[in-house]
Amino acid sequence: MNTPSPDALVIDEVRKSYGSLQALKGVSFSIRRGEFFGLLGPNGAGKSTLISIIAGLTRASSGRVAVLGHDTVADFRTARRQLGVVPQELVFDPFFNVVDMLRIQAGYYGCGEEVWPWIDEMLERLDLKAKRGASMRALSGGMKRRVLIAQALVHKPPVVILDEPTAGVDVELRRTLWSFMRDLHSQGTTVVLTTHYLEEAQEMCSRIAILDKGEVKALEPTAQLLARHPFRFLRLKLANGGLLPESLRGLVASEAEGVVELKLDVKANPIGGVFDALRNAGLAIEDVHTREPDLEDIFIELTRGDASLEPTR
Amino acid sequence: MSPDQRGFSTLLKKEIMRFWAVLAQTVTAPVITALLYLLVFAQALQGRSVNGYDGLSYTEFLVPGLVMMTVIQNAFANTSSSLIQSKVMGNIVFTLMAPLGPLDWFGAYVIAALVRSVLVALAMLAVTWFFVPLPVREPGALLAVFTLSAATLAALGLIAGILAQKFDHIAAFTNFFITPLSFLSGVFYSVHSLPPFWFTASHFNPFFYMIDGFRYGFFGQADVPIFQSLLWIAGAFVAVSAVALWMLVTGYKMRR
Ligand SMILES: Nc1ncnc2c1ncn2[C@@H]1O[C@H](COP(=O)(O)OP(=O)(O)O)[C@@H](O)[C@H]1O
Ligand SMILES: [Mg+2]
Repeated sequence: MNTPSPDALVIDEVRKSYGSLQALKGVSFSIRRGEFFGLLGPNGAGKSTLISIIAGLTRASSGRVAVLGHDTVADFRTARRQLGVVPQELVFDPFFNVVDMLRIQAGYYGCGEEVWPWIDEMLERLDLKAKRGASMRALSGGMKRRVLIAQALVHKPPVVILDEPTAGVDVELRRTLWSFMRDLHSQGTTVVLTTHYLEEAQEMCSRIAILDKGEVKALEPTAQLLARHPFRFLRLKLANGGLLPESLRGLVASEAEGVVELKLDVKANPIGGVFDALRNAGLAIEDVHTREPDLEDIFIELTRGDASLEPTR
Repeated sequence: MSPDQRGFSTLLKKEIMRFWAVLAQTVTAPVITALLYLLVFAQALQGRSVNGYDGLSYTEFLVPGLVMMTVIQNAFANTSSSLIQSKVMGNIVFTLMAPLGPLDWFGAYVIAALVRSVLVALAMLAVTWFFVPLPVREPGALLAVFTLSAATLAALGLIAGILAQKFDHIAAFTNFFITPLSFLSGVFYSVHSLPPFWFTASHFNPFFYMIDGFRYGFFGQADVPIFQSLLWIAGAFVAVSAVALWMLVTGYKMRR
């Protein structure tokens, strides 16, 4: 491979069937070097299946994957050396202690004592120093998650994939992981993050793919994806339990305990028009709050299948 | 050491550490079991001579068979239990994701099982030495039979570990296949003392050749010629290894 700067990951028409279930229906996209990429989708969308195929844990039914230009089947050794994967499941080997486990993992990748300082550095960064000699069996779930992350990074891979690393972890660990992932990325590592927390993806990822039922539903820069949603949300609480005028009823997105949220098309329903309508009906506003759409709103629209996939004009 | 070599040697080291950490279970226990057999059978059949083995006491006849039977069971147990444990715990992903090829897997698992087999055999021979010191008349044949037999069972354990989905499957394979076949392979008797049907049937059981060939290594005499035993054992090794390697190359049941 003499291509000067191949993509970090190229996923080409990847299909995977489990019996009659098509977990992936021909997925294609590329991730550039140095990107912080988000892979989102509801449960069962096929995210973990795709990651398993990239990692070599699962064979695709058809299609190909390359890591930095190296085919994950034909040239699996080179491809896997470039890749670090944090699996979704909290797996561990009860036979070993933390530091031995990490050194063994490094050994599989051909790394010896030269990476021991790096291992110690990771133990420090992930707050695992006190658990250095502890048996894997004796660690809490959060601690095991940290070791899994260190394990994926022992060989300093240029491409790192994290499959829901922040699912079910406490706030403190989530913060540690965020800053750790940011540092990795700022040092040039390509990071692919799978998460259920849309704010997290919105915050961290510069580009996002949305997968649903084994198909890519959207693939674009995060800002562009957000701009696609032509709505604003306006949350209102009317004074004295006033009722919305008939002309605004059709815009209600949700209503609870006297607070209504209106979904406004930026062009068709300017906010000024809403206020005019309220004033004309003689209603007083007790509280008001506007909200930009976030990924969750877009995600819901896309995975419901009722959204246009064309960018808004 | 190249990175590829280091990957292989790390997997080998991990496999050895795995049984080393529980030596009491992996080496001491089989030695004690075998000693019990020796005490019971040698006591019960004391003074009997063995058909066709001139000047050999029953206890002398018994020890090599007991050692080989134990090696057969332990070589199989080492690879199969290691694999099924990793699969059930899920930590198999660490090695499946690593840049290790089919030959690395095969070599590391089989060699680790060989190391355990050597430990078990030496421990048994050392302990029984006090009761029955044995000659070693054919060291070359002894080494060849031992290595090929243990490697065959290790590879068979790999196959079982790949096919099994839970511990029960391995237990069933061990209880209904490995243990009875190794037991009924002339450990406790010369096949010459069997009725004709069983005499013939024994000659289609590879475990019989492993035990008979191993005995030849010590005494220079056995039920069948050594080249016949070696041919059978080598054939079994090639066949079983081919299946195991095919499974590892295709990712059969492992990379689904
Ligand atoms: N080993 C397997 N056998 C059968 N079906 C599977 C297997 N792994 C995943 N699936 C199915 O494939 C689909 C995608 O699963 P997965 O990739 O885990 O989704 P996600 O990670 O996006 O939640 C699901 O319907 C799941 O049940
Ligand atoms: Mg998943």
